[in-house]
Amino acid sequence: MTKKKLLGGFVYGTTAFFAFIIIAAVVIVMTNIVAGGWSSLTKDFLLGSPEEGMTKGGIFPAIVGTFLLVMIMSIAGVPIGTMTAIYLSEYASQKSIFARLIRFAVNTLAGVPAIVFGLFGLGFFIQFIGTRVDGVLYNNGELHWGQPNILWASLTMALLTLPVVIVSVEEAIKTVPRELREASLALGATKWQTIRKVVIPNSITGILTGAILAVSRGAGEVAPILFTGAAYFLPHLPSGLSDQFMELGYHIYIMATQSPDVEATRGIQYATTLVLLILTFTLNFSAIFLRYKLRKRIIT
Amino acid sequence: MEIPKTITNTMMKKRFRLSEFLAEKLITATAFISFAFIVLIFVFVFRETLPIFSAPEPAVSLEELGEQETYGDIVLSDAERAAEEKEKTKVAAEEGVTVENLAGDRWQPISGKPKYGLLPLIVGSLKISLISIFFAAPIAILAALFTAAFAPRWAKETLKPAIEILAGFPSVVIGFFALVVLATFVQDIFGLEYRLNAFVGGLALSLAVIPIIYTISEDAISAIPKSLTEASLALGATKWQTALKVILPAATPGIFAAILLGVGRAFGETMIVLMATGNAALLSANPFEPVRTMSATIGAEMAEVVFGETHYNVLFLIGSILFLFTFTLNAIAEIFIRQRLMKKFRGS
Amino acid sequence: MYSHSYKTLQPTDVRIKTEHLNIYYGKKQAIKDVSLDMFTHRVTALIGPSGCGKSTYLRSLNRMNDLIENSRTEGNVLLDGVNIYDKQVDVVELRKKVGMIFQKSNPFPKSIFENVAYGPRINGMNDKKKLEDIVERSLKQAALWEEVKDDLAKSGLSLSGGQQQRLCIARALAVDPEILLMDEPASALDPIATAKIEELIYELKNTYTIVIVTHNMQQAARVSDYTGFFYMGELIEFDETKKIFTMPAKKQTEDYITGRFG
Ligand SMILES: Nc1ncnc2c1ncn2[C@@H]1O[C@H](COP(=O)(O)OP(=O)(O)O)[C@@H](O)[C@H]1O
Ligand SMILES: [Mg+2]
Repeated sequence: MTKKKLLGGFVYGTTAFFAFIIIAAVVIVMTNIVAGGWSSLTKDFLLGSPEEGMTKGGIFPAIVGTFLLVMIMSIAGVPIGTMTAIYLSEYASQKSIFARLIRFAVNTLAGVPAIVFGLFGLGFFIQFIGTRVDGVLYNNGELHWGQPNILWASLTMALLTLPVVIVSVEEAIKTVPRELREASLALGATKWQTIRKVVIPNSITGILTGAILAVSRGAGEVAPILFTGAAYFLPHLPSGLSDQFMELGYHIYIMATQSPDVEATRGIQYATTLVLLILTFTLNFSAIFLRYKLRKRIIT
Repeated sequence: MEIPKTITNTMMKKRFRLSEFLAEKLITATAFISFAFIVLIFVFVFRETLPIFSAPEPAVSLEELGEQETYGDIVLSDAERAAEEKEKTKVAAEEGVTVENLAGDRWQPISGKPKYGLLPLIVGSLKISLISIFFAAPIAILAALFTAAFAPRWAKETLKPAIEILAGFPSVVIGFFALVVLATFVQDIFGLEYRLNAFVGGLALSLAVIPIIYTISEDAISAIPKSLTEASLALGATKWQTALKVILPAATPGIFAAILLGVGRAFGETMIVLMATGNAALLSANPFEPVRTMSATIGAEMAEVVFGETHYNVLFLIGSILFLFTFTLNAIAEIFIRQRLMKKFRGS
Repeated sequence: MYSHSYKTLQPTDVRIKTEHLNIYYGKKQAIKDVSLDMFTHRVTALIGPSGCGKSTYLRSLNRMNDLIENSRTEGNVLLDGVNIYDKQVDVVELRKKVGMIFQKSNPFPKSIFENVAYGPRINGMNDKKKLEDIVERSLKQAALWEEVKDDLAKSGLSLSGGQQQRLCIARALAVDPEILLMDEPASALDPIATAKIEELIYELKNTYTIVIVTHNMQQAARVSDYTGFFYMGELIEFDETKKIFTMPAKKQTEDYITGRFG
C-alpha cells in the first residue's frame, strides 16, 4: 500500500515537474528579454533611425517595415482566407472531392517549412512573375519587380499565414448557430444573403481573430523574407511596393549575428527583441481574448 | 376575412439570381487558390532543381544560364560571352553536380572546386531534430498527462497560457535567447570548446517544438472517452494507475502523431538553428560540435548566390528535400490522428 | 393541376397535399408513405411521440430538409396543386410563401425592428416609411406591438421567451406568407405565454393556413381543426380534431391520446 502511494507520488511529482519546466522556461526567456531590453527602450530608439553603422540610433524603419509587411500581407491574405473558410463551411458538401482537396491543401500549406515559402517566393514571385513583369514594363534590363521587395515578401507571408486565417475563421463560422441560418433561409433569404447578413456579421470576431493571429505570425517569421525582400540597412523608408524594407525580426537576426561588433550592440538587440515580443504578445493576447469571448457565446 | 391567393407555377418558377451566381463562383474560385498554390509550390521549388539533373548535357542548362544573366548591368559582347560560356562549359563538364558530388561528405559551395555534399547537412538536420525531440517529447507529453490527469485547476490555468505564450514566441526571439544566454550557460556547465553547437540549437529548438507536441497530445488525451477512465477508477485503480495504464496507451496514436509533427517542425525550423548551432558543416556524431542544417544552409546562403548558378539550384534541391520530408511526416501524422478519430466514431 | 390565375379559396379547398411521401436520412427512413390533405384556413395539428417524424414531415413542406446533407425525399408535396419538389420550383420563392416558426425561438442578434424588417429588406425594400408600416403591422398581427412599440431598437434577444417567439412569428408574417408552419412553437414557454401563442394561432387562421406540430395533446385539441397522428414515421390516423379526441378509429391513436404510451 505505501509502495503504491509512493509510486503515485512519484508519477504525480514527475509529471508536475515537467509541466513546471515549461512554465519556468517561459518565465526565464521573458524575464531575460525584458531585463535586457527595458533600459534601451526609449522614445528615441523607437522613433529614430539606425546610426553609425547601426551601432547607435533607433529602429523606426524596421517598425515601419514590419507594419507595412503585415498590412500588405493582410490585405492579400485575409479576404482569401475568409472566403475559403466560407466555401468550406457554407458551400462545400463535406463529401465532395473538391472540398477535400482544398482541406488537404490547407493542411499541407500549414505544414510547409517557412524557409520553403521563402524559396517559393524567390522562384515564383521574383524570378517567374517579377522578371516577366520587368520584361514587359521596362524592357531595358532594369530590375524593379524581378528583385526582392516588400510586395513579394508580403505575398509570400500571406501564403504562409493563409491556413491560420482559414482555420480561425472556419472555427468562428461554426459557432454561428444553425438556427439563425435556418431562420434566415425560412424567411426566403438566399444562401448568399444569409451568409452576408447572418453568417459574416456573427463571425466578425472570428475573422478579426484570424487576422490578428496571422499578423502576429507574420510579424514573427523571418525565414520567408530572408531573401524575398528584407534589407540589412536602408537609409530611407520604402516608398513603393518594389522597394526593399527593414523588418524587426530580420533586424534582430542581423544585429545578433552579422554586425561587426556584436557585443557593443547587445542593448539594441535586446531592445529590438523586446519590441518584437511586445508586438506579438499584444496581438496574441487580443486574439486569445476575442476567442474566449467567442467561446463564451457558444455556451450561452 | 382576407382572400388568400393561390400559389401558382409562375410564382414558383426558378429564377436566375446574378449576385447569387457570382458569389458562389467567386468564393469557390477563391477556395481553389490554396490548392493552386500547393501545386505551384511543388512545381516552382522542384523546377529550380532541374538544371542540376540536366548538367551532364551542358548545352541546355548553359543556354538558360546565359540568357538569364544578361539582366545585370554588364552586357557582354558576343565574343566575350562566347568565351565565358566556353569557360563555364569546361567548369560544368569537370565539376557539374554529379550524384557523386551531392552524396559527398563535404559542403564547400564557395571554392575553386565547389563541393555540394549534402550528407553533413542532412545529418545535421537529423541530429538537431533528434536532440530537440529528446527534450521536447518527454516534457510536453508528461506535462499534457499532468494537465489531463492530475492538475488542479490553478495549475491548468497557468500551464495553458504558458503554452500559448511559448507557441507565440517568434523563432527569432528564441534563437536570440539561445545565442546570447543559453549558449553561454551550456558552455559553462559542460565546459565546452564551442559556444554554439548542436546541443544548444536542439535545446533551443525544443522550446518551439514543445507547444506542438503538448497541444496535440493533450488533444489526444482529452479525446479518450470519460467512460474508459471512470471504469478504471471504479475498478479501484488509482489516478496515476489510470493515467499510466489506461490514458497513456489509449492516447498512443495521437501522441505518436504529435511527435511526428514535432519532428517535422524541428526539421523545417530555420531561424533558431541559424542563430544557435554554429553553422559549421561538420559530419560528426558529437552533439557538442557545431552543426549546419539544411534549412540554415538555405537561409544563410540563398541571399548571396547568383540566380541560376549550380549553388542556387542545389539550395533549391535542399529545399525540395525539406519539403518532401515534412510533407511525408505530416501525412503520416494525419493518418494516425484520423485512425484515432475513426476509433472514436466506432465507439470503442 | 396547373393554375395560372388567382382564385378565391374556400375552407373546403385542399391547400397542402402530400402524396406518398417518403423521407430518408441516409439509410434510415423517417417518413413512410404519408399521404395527407390539409385545408385552407384551417389549423392542422400533427401529434405523436418524440422521434416519430413530425418535424421531418413539417420541414418537407417548405423544403427545409434540403439543408440536411444526407436527407432524401420521394413523393409529391402539392401547394395549391403546384408540386414543390418539381425541378422547376425555386426554393427561395417557396419559402417566402411558406413561413416557419421553430421550436426554439431564434431571433437574430439584432434589434426588434431589424428582426421584423429582415424579410422585407432581403426582398429589396429599403423605404423607411414602408418598412415601419410593415414592422408595425406584423408586430400587431403577432400581438406583440403593445409590449414593444416603445423600444423597437432594443435587441430581440432581450425579450422574454414568449415575446421572442411572437417576434419570430411577426418576422415570418412580415414576408407575407400564405402558409405558416409551426414546430412546437410553445414547447419552451410557460403556461401564460403558451396561452398567448394559442390565442394568436386562433386569430391567424383567418388569414393563413396553419400546420402546427405539438406534443401537447390539450394544445392540439384547443387550437386545431384537424389532427394527424404520426407513429414511427407513419401517419396512423388523420381526421377532424373533435373526432380524433373523442372516438379515434385506430387503437394506436387511442392509446396515445389516453396517455398509455409516449
Ligand atoms: N438530421 C438528421 N439526421 C439523421 N436522422 C435524423 C435527423 N433529424 C431527425 N432524424 C431522425 O428522424 C426521426 C424523426 O425525427 P423528427 O422528425 O425530428 O421527429 P419528431 O419531430 O417527431 O420528434 C428520428 O428518429 C430522428 O432521430
Ligand atoms: Mg420535432
